[in-house]
Amino acid sequence: MSELSELYQQVILDHNKKPRNFQKLEDANRVAEGFNPLCGDQLTVYLRLDEGVVREVSFVGSGCAISKASASMMTQALKGKTREEAQRLFEEFHGMVTGELDEEAQPNSLGRLKIFSGVRDYPARVKCASLSWHTMRAALEGEDTATTENLGPALTAAEVGE
Amino acid sequence: MIATEKTTEVSATDAATVWDVRRVREDFPVLSQTVNGKPLVYLDNAASAQVPRIVIERGGKYLREEHSNIHRGVHYLSQRATSAYEGAREKVRRFVNAREARECVFVRGCTEGVNLVATAYGRKFVSEGDEIIVSEMEHHSNIVPWQMLCEERGARLRVLPMNDAGELLLDELDALLNERTKMVAVGHISNALGTINPIKEITARAHKFGVPVLVDGAQGAPHLVVDVQDLDCDFYVISGHKMFAPTGSGVVYGKAELLEKMNPYHGGGSMIRTVTFERSTYADIPDKFEAGTPAIASQIGLGAAIDYLNSLDRRAAHAHEQELLSYATERLREIEGVRIIGTAREKASVLAFVIEDVHPHDVGTILDREGIAIRAGHHCAQPVMKHFNVPATARASFAFYNTREEVDRLAAAVEKVIEVFA
Repeated sequence: MSELSELYQQVILDHNKKPRNFQKLEDANRVAEGFNPLCGDQLTVYLRLDEGVVREVSFVGSGCAISKASASMMTQALKGKTREEAQRLFEEFHGMVTGELDEEAQPNSLGRLKIFSGVRDYPARVKCASLSWHTMRAALEGEDTATTENLGPALTAAEVGE
Repeated sequence: MIATEKTTEVSATDAATVWDVRRVREDFPVLSQTVNGKPLVYLDNAASAQVPRIVIERGGKYLREEHSNIHRGVHYLSQRATSAYEGAREKVRRFVNAREARECVFVRGCTEGVNLVATAYGRKFVSEGDEIIVSEMEHHSNIVPWQMLCEERGARLRVLPMNDAGELLLDELDALLNERTKMVAVGHISNALGTINPIKEITARAHKFGVPVLVDGAQGAPHLVVDVQDLDCDFYVISGHKMFAPTGSGVVYGKAELLEKMNPYHGGGSMIRTVTFERSTYADIPDKFEAGTPAIASQIGLGAAIDYLNSLDRRAAHAHEQELLSYATERLREIEGVRIIGTAREKASVLAFVIEDVHPHDVGTILDREGIAIRAGHHCAQPVMKHFNVPATARASFAFYNTREEVDRLAAAVEKVIEVFA
């Protein structure tokens, strides 16, 4: 189990206090709302997708420091990415926070997003970190809502009691 | 007996009764563990209270020596299981002071209990244009079943409001009650605010209009001595796991004359008298509402939890909880940036709070690292969050086995949260 300071790193606290791209995107052509029904967190992700490239991305909503910082840093990471790159980044991020991807050993383009790796030691918080990403993916795919209801990390053998 | 209505009736001399919290803690094996390298501080009692050894042992004894299906069985084990199960019902009857044991229906918990009444009473007595009153501070389990009933029957859900301290505005109740009102459903104690509601006053006002009252006793049963005859409520619903019993146990108390008139709830075995393909007739209460094999071990455990509570000086237990509440309130109030949500004059030991610019989930995670279990979120009471204009709160809820030292650790951890987020 990591130290608390690994979860609440300065960068995360900073993005929580001053979230980037934290506004409605007036000329968005993709919008999706994300819900975490367990805790009531809610956010909206706006995308402007031109010729398969994410030109602009923003979000609004309420949530904990982890979910807000994750959404904020996601918007920074996505700008200028192609649809396919965004999708791949979603998979890498999701893999990292659920512990399926070893971001140090396996190739990936997570970059600064690696500071969220500590989340995997806090199973109750995995959904906080991934809500904005699920919502972004829904927006990319032209869906209007995402929910983290059935999106928890896979059970480990220990949890099943094997 | 402690007062069921006004906690202030516990006088100063009574409060001085010695409460040996160290002794009591020994009854709860779960409390002696460490979490994240620190002694566990369990302050999530309003979600699920811990289980004393006597309850664990009673459940184990049932599974080791008595396990079998109840009723109908003519063999030895079935008879033993049946008498333990029905014995638990009699313990419940005494615990809530019901007139008869058949007025106590076993259910899985409050959620099932409210659904049972909303369905079995509602389908019989509620029709288009009728009204159901719930309070603004209800848990979702005492809102949604009524909402579903209203949608099905074309009835209207009306809301008894509260003030900013988290106290119900009783005069508004008189304005809401009318000849179309079919039920008033209200919590004994708010799980989100700690408010103890004046149930006797509410039943008196509702009964003037001939309207029955359902009391959600999820938080009432663990903190107060419940006397359903004195409260004069028509239904009182209990969750076992909030009063030191296993999950899956619970009770609907209902006045016999109402239970008898109601429709059945689930259909199946045990709840019938005769079955043909043309028509079935139903068993008498309480069996009419207990279709299928119930949670026998859990309900027997509930009986054991009642034995345990009866073995305590509940007046002293209550006084101890009240002392913890006022000490914790005082400690948290001293911390800059902390706001207490729920400041009713009559409160049980539930303390909800928010910290400026820090989301309650982050509070919960940091406290967990300190070995402190609290709850963070909307506490299944989203309308309460809306009233106080917060997305969520952090909630520390105390049982009689908590200590002043644990309150100190809570306060120190809250200070640490503020430090991390400074």
